[in-house]
Amino acid sequence: MTIFNLYIFDRNGTCLYYREWNRTRQSGLAKEEEFKLMYGMLFSLKSFITRMSPTDQKEGLLNLRTNQYKLHFYETATGLKFVMNTDINEAASAPNVTALLHEIYQSIYVEFVVKNRLCALDKPIESEIFHRKLDDYIRGLPMFATKTSS
Amino acid sequence: MSRQSNRGADPRKVSGELFTLTYGSLVAQLVKDYENDEEVNKQLEKMGYNIGCRLIEDFLARSSVGRCYDFKETADVISKVGFKMYLGITPVVTNWSATGDEFSLLLENNPLTEFVELPEGHSNLNYSCLLCGVLKGAMEMIQMEVAVWFVQDQLKGDNVTEIRVKFVRRLEDAVPAGED
Repeated sequence: MTIFNLYIFDRNGTCLYYREWNRTRQSGLAKEEEFKLMYGMLFSLKSFITRMSPTDQKEGLLNLRTNQYKLHFYETATGLKFVMNTDINEAASAPNVTALLHEIYQSIYVEFVVKNRLCALDKPIESEIFHRKLDDYIRGLPMFATKTSS
Repeated sequence: MSRQSNRGADPRKVSGELFTLTYGSLVAQLVKDYENDEEVNKQLEKMGYNIGCRLIEDFLARSSVGRCYDFKETADVISKVGFKMYLGITPVVTNWSATGDEFSLLLENNPLTEFVELPEGHSNLNYSCLLCGVLKGAMEMIQMEVAVWFVQDQLKGDNVTEIRVKFVRRLEDAVPAGED
């Protein structure tokens, strides 16, 4: 599996963090525009999903799959949104990316941003230690380097 | 990443007494710094609010509790998971209002007040007002505006400490700015 990139949005739509690893092709938009497009799409999709749902639901959107890539979405009750794009490896051995995003939230975001009183929660994250821990974590994943055969 | 497993030997854990005494000196300092008890209550609540805003993230990350369906469930989670996790106590949830938007948390033992006796002339001081702020801040982050206040306090001679929580309104998610 290949990890392309990661976005973290706060509840107001501010992109707190963006990072890419094996992103092979750019969207051709300025980053700011891309963030807005991404957040806007998620916001509309979520509201669409809630309206169309036959029952009340806690979690609606989990992921979005095309024949080229898969967008994984994880939202906390506080409205923090983690978005990760990966390739579409459907093998049984492929890890659960939602669990992975929860792990990033629990062990990296909460530990190094929330518990760091000097990090504002509504501004883009500039913490060097957060950046390093996250990068180490992603690069250390067993699936990080494995490219799919297709 | 296996923080849960070695929690017993967590070097960042401090003793409950140290925590209680630290809180005590914080309140004592505020009492020295401000003219009246109302102002101290306000400052404590403000501090609590700021703590709550961050504590909720730690709470959600560690407890893996999802969104609650109703206010009753919320009350249970606050008592059985929240208070348990951070103060080691499980307050009794009771005294629901008829409309179900207001309840009380009864604390038999408030760890914050273990060594405390209110001196003369501080009958308006809500010693544990920080807790109100924490609840308010944490709930606001999960889109619930609540009012929280003390009804009874063992420090003032009541049998039990009672914190009242009232649901005010649901806060909506911000809509992204349009392309006007």
